[in-house]
Amino acid sequence: MDEELAICKKVLPFYSTRHHLIPVLQELQSKIGYLPEKVIVEVSRHLRVPASDVYAVASFYDQFRLQPLGRKRIAVCRGTACHVRGAPQILKRIEAMTNLKEGETSPDLEYTLETVGCIGCCALAPCVRVNKEVFGEMSPERVAELFDVFGEEDGNA
Amino acid sequence: MPKGETTIFVCQGTGCVSGGSTELYSLLEAELAGAGAGNVRLKRTGCHGFCQQGPVVVIGPERVFYVKVEPADAKEIVAAILAEEKPVQRLLYRDPVTGSIIPHYHDIPFYREQERVILRNCGNIDPEDVDDYLAAGGYRALTRALKEMTREEIIEEVKRSGLRGLGGAGFSAGRKWEACYRASGNEKFVICNGDEGDPGAFQDRSVMEGDPHSILEGMAIAGYAIGANKGYIYVRAEYPLAVHRLKTAVKQAGERGFLGRNILGSGFDFDIEIFQGAGAFVCGESTALVRSIEGYRGLPRPLPRPRTSEAGLWGKPTLLNNVKTLASVPHIILQGADWFAARGTERSKGTAVFSLTGKVVNCGLIEVPMGASLRKIIFEIGGGIQGNKTFKAVQTGGPSGGCLPAEMLDIPVDFDSLTSAGSIMGSGGMVILDENTCMVDLARYFLDFTQRESCGQCIPCRLGTRQMFTILDDITKGQGRPGDIELLVELGGIIARGSLCGLGKTVPNPVLTTIRYFRAEYEAHIYEHRCPAGVCQM
Repeated sequence: MDEELAICKKVLPFYSTRHHLIPVLQELQSKIGYLPEKVIVEVSRHLRVPASDVYAVASFYDQFRLQPLGRKRIAVCRGTACHVRGAPQILKRIEAMTNLKEGETSPDLEYTLETVGCIGCCALAPCVRVNKEVFGEMSPERVAELFDVFGEEDGNA
Repeated sequence: MPKGETTIFVCQGTGCVSGGSTELYSLLEAELAGAGAGNVRLKRTGCHGFCQQGPVVVIGPERVFYVKVEPADAKEIVAAILAEEKPVQRLLYRDPVTGSIIPHYHDIPFYREQERVILRNCGNIDPEDVDDYLAAGGYRALTRALKEMTREEIIEEVKRSGLRGLGGAGFSAGRKWEACYRASGNEKFVICNGDEGDPGAFQDRSVMEGDPHSILEGMAIAGYAIGANKGYIYVRAEYPLAVHRLKTAVKQAGERGFLGRNILGSGFDFDIEIFQGAGAFVCGESTALVRSIEGYRGLPRPLPRPRTSEAGLWGKPTLLNNVKTLASVPHIILQGADWFAARGTERSKGTAVFSLTGKVVNCGLIEVPMGASLRKIIFEIGGGIQGNKTFKAVQTGGPSGGCLPAEMLDIPVDFDSLTSAGSIMGSGGMVILDENTCMVDLARYFLDFTQRESCGQCIPCRLGTRQMFTILDDITKGQGRPGDIELLVELGGIIARGSLCGLGKTVPNPVLTTIRYFRAEYEAHIYEHRCPAGVCQM
């Protein structure tokens, strides 16, 4: 059995009803990194929810990913406070540096570039989140420094 | 500083953690252990609100306020306490206007002008220690409610307090509770709405992170009053620290008998489950939130439909209140409706919590009595505009709210005044804009947000927001056409009337208010192909 199905076998017995659909997808995604088709089918069988419904939910919510993500997930906050303090310039700078557009993952799965509605660190705007770490008071120059740090260490997603 | 009973409070809110306060805490711990300083307590706390100055450290009991503390400062901070020396001068707060040092928390203008009820414990207690909450008077309201009050008396007290829904709609909390109490059915639910989706707002996050037990206590009181035995807290996916703190709090409250079976020997059972949202702005809408917990896409239910208080989660009567509304309840039960209603205005009682952000000098989380003027909030607490620039507008209520100009600075901040000015109270986002902010770009920004977040169920919202966005995008690129302003107003009216949920009905507000108050800026873009604020490149 492949690794992803093995994870399903371990996780699914803790869940039983439709009410658990979002939590089960969240747990599987946190363990696998994204939601491959076969995982969606497994969830559908286990919870007895049509696969089309599982897919409908997985594609509705921003959190769920149907494609593998990069090892470094860069999320530029596009909250209002970040916007008025220059988030668009920061996004542009990162797009140029990674050669990615918003929503894209690099072919070598090194980076994923996303935007997020609001991280809630508005007093430190503009903010960028890399994996789970939040970096506040960013500027196009400081973003470049951030990338120097990436060169030295591995992502810790 | 006297050696007696000193406590070092280290902020562990999301903002300060991103500035390195976790490492700072460990280093302070090591320094204290190394010095064998048994009489100095180290405490991790939730958000102090002044996130911009973070990481924040407060030294008690005098409440000396250290700002922008680096992990490397730990040694010096501990040494100053142990040697009973003066506080470390370079870490003290400096007034950005006068440049003078203000050593104590309560003397800093940002705090001095606030009145903290909901945020009372935030920054003062360890959110991961139930004993700290108990020492601050926690769970006394629940004890009183269960042992001394009838369900009807509790509802009457909440009604009499004048508490209104602090999620933004401002519906009377007591009336909602009464409707749930009267609704027939032997199974009912309490849901706490912590799906704080408005960009530019973090007040609910700070309460969940800084004082989670106050929410649990409010929910248990609500559950007892309406006859529910199960509660859910719906927390936004982007708030992992809030989820962790709430889960810890639920576990500790269960161990101490404040949740679970037969609470405090009263025969009342109440459990709370944490449900994490999955990133959909529309799920802040009550029926969409309920669908999401049930395991479906978060699509709001069209009218006519029964109220959530009559048929909500799995069709059962459900009480849905915002984080801050529920966190206000223990104070009302403990200190009485009259105490609570002494704050605020005729029709908006109590206090309001705002996330004050944008181009203001002092950014952070603030709490003021309802009815405080915008001027007081922005210029006294907020310290005015950064870099001596000119104030242009204040945006309240996020994507559902509007932008108010300088002429409106003296209106009182309460539910009704903001609504009549064309904006809304909302859940508490307050973004300050200066002369360098382009109002057309800001309107475009909000429509970009809402056209992404529209659930797509109804046409006015799905296609209408897209059309409004396209028109605004053209204007900001210098491709606006004569008649675009009128078209935006017409479209806005149609979307507001035709959409089936609160999201669609309020989506045009940022556009309509910026046209109402800043029409000249739109005209400059369209007719003169220039952006007065110098933001749009055309």
